[in-house]
Amino acid sequence: MSVELLNFIETVINGLMSGIMYSLVALGFVLIFKASGVFNFAQGVFALFAALTLVGFQTGQVPFSHLINELFGTNFHNWYPSLHSFFAIILTIITMIVLAWLIEKLVLKHLVNQEPIILFMATIGLAFVLEGVGDLMWGSDVKVLDVGIPSGGSEWLEKTTIGWASEGSEYYGMYIDVLNVWATIIAVILVTALALFSQYTKTGRALRAVADDHQAALSVGISLRSIWVLVWAISGFIAMVAGIMWGTESGVQFSLSLIALKALPVLILGGFTSIPGAIIGGLLIGLGEKLAEIYIGGLLDIGAIENWFAYFMALVFLLFRPQGLFGDKIIERV
Amino acid sequence: MIYKETGQFKSTYESDHSIFPLIQDKIAFNILMLVAFLVVPFFIDSYWEKAILIPFLIYSMAAIGLNILTGYCGQVSLGTGGFMAVGAFATYKIMTFFPDLNIMIIVLLSGVITAFVGILFGLPSLRIKGFYLAVATLASQFFIIWLFNKVPWFYNYSDTGQITVSERTMFGVAVTGANAPPYATYLFCLILVVVLGFAAKNMIRSKIGRSWMAIRDMDIAAEIIGVPPLKTKLSAFAISSFYIGIAGSLYFAVYLGALEVTESFDIMAISFPVLFMIIIGGLGSMLGSFLGAAFIVLLPIFLKNVMVDLIGLSAVTAKHFEITIWGLLMVVFLILEPHGLARLWSIAKEKLRKWPFPY
Repeated sequence: MSVELLNFIETVINGLMSGIMYSLVALGFVLIFKASGVFNFAQGVFALFAALTLVGFQTGQVPFSHLINELFGTNFHNWYPSLHSFFAIILTIITMIVLAWLIEKLVLKHLVNQEPIILFMATIGLAFVLEGVGDLMWGSDVKVLDVGIPSGGSEWLEKTTIGWASEGSEYYGMYIDVLNVWATIIAVILVTALALFSQYTKTGRALRAVADDHQAALSVGISLRSIWVLVWAISGFIAMVAGIMWGTESGVQFSLSLIALKALPVLILGGFTSIPGAIIGGLLIGLGEKLAEIYIGGLLDIGAIENWFAYFMALVFLLFRPQGLFGDKIIERV
Repeated sequence: MIYKETGQFKSTYESDHSIFPLIQDKIAFNILMLVAFLVVPFFIDSYWEKAILIPFLIYSMAAIGLNILTGYCGQVSLGTGGFMAVGAFATYKIMTFFPDLNIMIIVLLSGVITAFVGILFGLPSLRIKGFYLAVATLASQFFIIWLFNKVPWFYNYSDTGQITVSERTMFGVAVTGANAPPYATYLFCLILVVVLGFAAKNMIRSKIGRSWMAIRDMDIAAEIIGVPPLKTKLSAFAISSFYIGIAGSLYFAVYLGALEVTESFDIMAISFPVLFMIIIGGLGSMLGSFLGAAFIVLLPIFLKNVMVDLIGLSAVTAKHFEITIWGLLMVVFLILEPHGLARLWSIAKEKLRKWPFPY
């Protein structure tokens, strides 16, 4: 095989796998939008908050230690030296469930029947609160997150692929981040689990009923509010998974919350209401972005078109299908 | 007692259609204008200018622009930062090409250029609606910022990528650049805001404004009764962008003087705050644009004074608190009064009518 072809294959694989990382964030958006009609801008900050909390539990940091030290002149930082990742993850999941419950209790309950834009702004407010509280609780320095997922290039793959290039050409093998492979595996498990859960359990059926029609679900005795708590908790869990993945890759810091902006084109491409849409949208966006960066960006000699190319791509799709690839058809009546 | 409308009869259509139907409102507004034009310029110092009044005026302008698009025409836009950047860079380029042009004309021209850009990026709105459109407008935000960052022609090939304003005068007094006296920059912004504010108010009360509102309330129904969606939506995008472009132009030329596009026009620095202004002020309300802008400008100053100077927290912790309080206020406000400050004001007026003898 020629080097160009091998490079192309490498780009495609890397693109698809970075797309999976976007899908992980988009998935949380879709779940919440389906069940409660809320466009949850805070999903990215959810991921940041979950990752911060996870690191905090792992290293045994005292919540709000900075603040307490500053106010009272004390000097304490850690409860205990370290905690096994497994228990830290369990504790983080519990935190996210409590958070979901609080959000329903304090925010959503009071905003039922408001216009979508008001709910959207409320989630922006929520994003600010979580960001501020996260920083106050755990400090704003960049943290290293390690839960034992391997990362870095795969040597095995590099060695295998070197032989594929045609004789005499300079080729050093494919570079594929192992972390992305793990993200793919975890995403597959997650989606399968979600699908099984919503197909075969009673709560899952209630979930789908609420997503289908709020009023009809209410009238057959499904409690909307408990479903909302459940959905926000599941989204919190997905956010934690996304936070672990992104946090392992680039450290836990404020920029982690900006992955929400990366997930938005995935959402409009796939449609706000479709879980397969989130996955396929993510794959398409990841692929398109990487190919554009290398082939179009290289051609024009301008870098960083990644920033807007995803949006542009989603826009082109939207011009043909205004509801996204898999979104519910928009039916309008006067 | 003070605020009663009994006895104020309208005998002509003109008086019935006036902007301030009540004599009390008219008097209050005139006093406000007199103070703004004749008293403030004599007492303004550079702290009041740079920290409060100029940002307030510029954000009001941007809020009016976004309110036309989102509040009156119902098209949610998250691209305000991008359009303000267009205004700023248009000003910069016009200044380099025509060194002798009057600054007022430069600012207005920048608005016109932004209006055309707005029409271009408004085209998808004919096909895409709701949140899909909101996300699509983010495309314009990211594309514009990227363009101004990556194409050196826009910042005249300067090494830092910064754009810097040069000194321009009106009637012999500098209004831009480092030597501009506070009263000059203030009056310059004030005149633009007042004139364009009145223009916006009257546009909203005329045919074009009514067709915007028809599209907002239900676009299909509006189309059936004969409101052309293409013309209406694009005109809303054009006029809204004109205002936002002028805000961007002033932001660059009068307020900052020198800026770097990625940090000054970031989505978190401009787009969301301006959207928050019109929501907290009141969607579809002129007064709301001003109240929202005032709120957003004053709140951080207030919070900083309380936390850093009074309680004595470090600046970093205070910043985190500020973000938290900011978000909390946003949520609490939306829960308690989703129609914004403008609604609170009208409730207050209702109360004042009966005061002090509510029955």
